[in-house]
Amino acid sequence: MREITYAQAIREALAEELRRDPAVFFMGEDVAAYGGAFGVSAGLLAEFGPERIRDTPISEAAIMGAAVGAAMTGLRPVVEIMFSDFVSCCFDGLCNQAAKTRYMFGGQTAMPLVVRAPAGSGTGAAGQHSQSPEAWICNVPGLKVVAPSTPHDAKGLLKAAIRDDNPVVFLEQKLLYRTKGEVPEADYTVPLGQAACRRDGRHLTVLTYGRMVARCLEAAERLAAEDGAEAEVLDLRTLVPLDREAVIASARKTGRVLIVHEACQTGGFGGELAAVVAGSDAFFYLDAPVRRLCGADTPIPYNPTLEASVVPTTDSIAAALRDLLR
Amino acid sequence: MSTQPPHTTTTDAPLPPRDTLLRMFLQMSQTRCFEETAARLFTQGKVHGTAHFCIGEEAAGIGVTAALEPQDLIYATHRGHGQSIGKGMEIRRMMAEFLGKATGVCKGKGGCMHIADLSAGNLGANGIVGAQLPIAVGAALSTRLQKLDRVVICFFGDGASNEGTFHEALNLASIWKLPVVFLCVNNQYGMSMHVGDHVNVPDLSVRAAAYGIPGWSADGNDAVAVWQAARRAREIARTQGPCLLVANTYRIMGHSKSDNNAYRDKAVIEQWKARCPIKRLRAWLLERGLASEQELDALSARARHDIDDALAFAEASPDPEPAAAFTDVYA
Ligand SMILES: Cc1ncc(C[n+]2csc(CCOP(=O)(O)OP(=O)(O)O)c2C)c(N)n1
Ligand SMILES: [Mg+2]
Repeated sequence: MREITYAQAIREALAEELRRDPAVFFMGEDVAAYGGAFGVSAGLLAEFGPERIRDTPISEAAIMGAAVGAAMTGLRPVVEIMFSDFVSCCFDGLCNQAAKTRYMFGGQTAMPLVVRAPAGSGTGAAGQHSQSPEAWICNVPGLKVVAPSTPHDAKGLLKAAIRDDNPVVFLEQKLLYRTKGEVPEADYTVPLGQAACRRDGRHLTVLTYGRMVARCLEAAERLAAEDGAEAEVLDLRTLVPLDREAVIASARKTGRVLIVHEACQTGGFGGELAAVVAGSDAFFYLDAPVRRLCGADTPIPYNPTLEASVVPTTDSIAAALRDLLR
Repeated sequence: MSTQPPHTTTTDAPLPPRDTLLRMFLQMSQTRCFEETAARLFTQGKVHGTAHFCIGEEAAGIGVTAALEPQDLIYATHRGHGQSIGKGMEIRRMMAEFLGKATGVCKGKGGCMHIADLSAGNLGANGIVGAQLPIAVGAALSTRLQKLDRVVICFFGDGASNEGTFHEALNLASIWKLPVVFLCVNNQYGMSMHVGDHVNVPDLSVRAAAYGIPGWSADGNDAVAVWQAARRAREIARTQGPCLLVANTYRIMGHSKSDNNAYRDKAVIEQWKARCPIKRLRAWLLERGLASEQELDALSARARHDIDDALAFAEASPDPEPAAAFTDVYA
């Protein structure tokens, strides 16, 4: 099968949905002629024109509010928030408006909108351009949250998100934009709410998502080669709705669970995952306490060595896996 | 959007004293040299991350800071090397911050997008466009409540004037009549979007009318005109309340290091390069007999030397200790 990058996969998903459904349009800062800060939407302006590929001023609150209004009146907006850190600049539109309108109005409207936002550290951009804000968002009922780890999933999940009648926050992984993977040419979607087992194993389970998936797989291979232990790696893909069955089944199967995410630990999504495991009958199968390996509870520092030190690495994941086996 | 604004150097207002003019020339040269050096470090792969350069916009920063008193406070922008140098920050520690070193002014934890030096009255550059405007209102409120004789200067860009924070901040400052100057560096672009496309007014300073405060623009490539306008703005802020001053200039470089300028006409960039504010100040000083060629050459050489020295200092400085990642999260 042909291979394309994560960024190309997202662009294809956008282009295909724009072609398929005239209600879909795309807006954000520098998304048209510039092609987006990370080049994801390059070329879309040429095909779809400035009515459907809209550059906006630097006005996140207006972008999000306008998406809500458009979604309530027959369109299916996709918006780009240039860095996921800036969702804080449109939190009301996202958390009070997009998320709750349907519920408060007794189900009178759907809210078919997608917020694409690049997340994560590793680019030397310091504290306000490097965060992994999924926990902020997962705590708001009404929002769905997606964090794809492969080009295949990025495309299939984005198409599913655009077709979904709910607001979906699509957290792209900045450092994955240039990674390549197999992506079918035919139309397909990856349903929201289904985890993917990336590696089969019977000794322990790793629950992870986004850019940490690759590191967890590397650590698992190392563990297999050096310690003869087989880690199962579950890529959650969608955080809300969460594939609880897959999480519980794997925990029950292996009896040892490591949760890995780049976002800070305190109040992080890992706590929710631990609670899902501990609150299910998988609890009775556990041979060790559930363990979390997360980003440090600090902002992301600028210095590259410090920056790399505050998020899980293949080494620290491998060490945590070994610890869990003891 | 007019590209040649009306307010150039005027004989109706006082001119900067000679030593101020020479300092402006030096600091503008230092800023240019700092950024050319920083750009080279990127090309050499010696720096991780990004930077936003104010090459060609030096007068819009340093014309303002030169008009301030030492106790005044500034909020810089992400394109704030000139504003920071002008406010008297130590260039060695700025360069060290850019290189992420422990001796950096933010201990290598903020980088050049977050350069701040509270001891020099620079309350910091921000990575969130427009975030500094309400914060500056708070600093102006604190100035008022503590009965201090100082003014807060809030730098921001044309693009930032479309954030809600701009409008909320100007309104709040206007009803409380706070001592703050909203200083818009209109370099005509918010990233790739031209100001003529991102606002629907012919001149950004007209936005002041919506808040009942004085607003006007100056030729941002004319350091002396900027100085005169900033002097006046400072006086208004100190005695009456907020005002909006727009320094009209042009962003010569791409938005950040990853921008190839595909969205604009390269010929226009060349036109603006020819309007270099440093050359313009130099010519003006010579024309008026305020400085000799030799003096100005010596200042340019000194600027070069200061940046070389800063780079040597930064390169010889240690990286932060690993434990530094965990300090300063809380007081
Ligand atoms: C809230 C927010 N939105 C978007 C960005 C990305 N961004 C950084 S600088 C910039 C352009 C700012 O334009 P302007 O205010 O005119 O300042 P200039 O860069 O021209 O100096 C953009 C869009 C950001 N950092 N913060
Ligand atoms: Mg600008």
